[in-house]
Amino acid sequence: MHPIRKKRLTIVLFLLVGVSVAVALTTYALRQNINLFYDPSQIASGEAPVDVRIRAGGMVEEGSVQRDPESLKVEFKVTDFTSSVLVEYTGILPDLFAEGQGVVAMGRMDGNGRFVADQVLAKHDENYMPPEVNEALDKAAGKRAAMPAAAGESSAGY
Amino acid sequence: MWQIFHKLGSPKWFFGIASALMPWLLGIGVALFMTGIVWGLVFAPQDYLQGNSYRIIFIHVPSAFLAQSVYIMMAVAALVTLVWRMKLADVFVRSAAPVGAVLTFLALFTGAVWGKPTWGTWWIWDARLTSMLILLFLYFGVMALGAAISDEKSSARAVAVLVLVGVVNIPIIKYSVEWWNTLHQPATFKLTEKPSMPAEMWVPLLLSVLGLYLIFGWLACLRMQTDILAREGRTRWVKELVQARGN
Repeated sequence: MHPIRKKRLTIVLFLLVGVSVAVALTTYALRQNINLFYDPSQIASGEAPVDVRIRAGGMVEEGSVQRDPESLKVEFKVTDFTSSVLVEYTGILPDLFAEGQGVVAMGRMDGNGRFVADQVLAKHDENYMPPEVNEALDKAAGKRAAMPAAAGESSAGY
Repeated sequence: MWQIFHKLGSPKWFFGIASALMPWLLGIGVALFMTGIVWGLVFAPQDYLQGNSYRIIFIHVPSAFLAQSVYIMMAVAALVTLVWRMKLADVFVRSAAPVGAVLTFLALFTGAVWGKPTWGTWWIWDARLTSMLILLFLYFGVMALGAAISDEKSSARAVAVLVLVGVVNIPIIKYSVEWWNTLHQPATFKLTEKPSMPAEMWVPLLLSVLGLYLIFGWLACLRMQTDILAREGRTRWVKELVQARGN
């Protein structure tokens, strides 16, 4: 290669490496702001600030959804299978909201370890399948009668 | 080896190759794309969770995929511009940028339409969506900078530097869903594993991605040919070409 071109190539590569390092350091420093939500473990360990608007995300725990028959108020536990946090929300939930599905809730922690949400978004995973396949999977899981283990497995995709 | 490389840079040689390739690119591209889209939108099975609304994936994923691929191609061309000062590389960057911008917009738009029924919101400032928006602004920046500098050579260099600096954003888009907590789900297609959807869903998706690649190739050739004619209007081969076509 021509020496001038070699020199230009070196300069360009230095430019690229420099920019990459700068961006990497910036995003690393801002990682807590770039994270969309805190997971329940972070909230349990006290990483999430109290009385500041934050988002909490995780799976809706099986059997934890309790609806108030008088109003739109609903309570459920969000879990990452290590710890869980109780979420309180008044309003209409997205269609995909269900036990065992991922959610991201926006709101604030009150002093008693409850998360008071004013917006709940559904998070879905990267798996797509026809309904028949899902039914077959559910049947197979039911035969094995190992529901907690099956729930744990499905969390790997989340 | 270097001789072939330099021959590639000759606008006249490229013009001929592009003319020969274009009917194939367009024909096969449209056939693949339409097969993928019709198969995906009409015949592929529903999703167990999202029902029919997941079908927008057959437009969302190809445009998002291409939006990023086009930028990577532009970055390679920008490197060639800076190191070898090859005119044709700059022609490619200019021709591809508006197409990339349209694809990025399409990915963001279909994502918003999809996000409203599934997530409950059409926009959220999570890392994936934000980095994709930055990609759109990068495309706009490339187009604006290219148009703002009238001197051909300095314009080419300035655009190339911007494109190369912006390429840092591509791995951020790709890995945003793994590095940070995002509302956007991780990739369904992985290089090392099987896709997390059955074949009757991913085959039409793959066809539409491949088809869109070829259609992009056709569009890039067409736009590059136009740009070459505008730039080389005074050379003999262009005059001869115009005369030959005119008769």
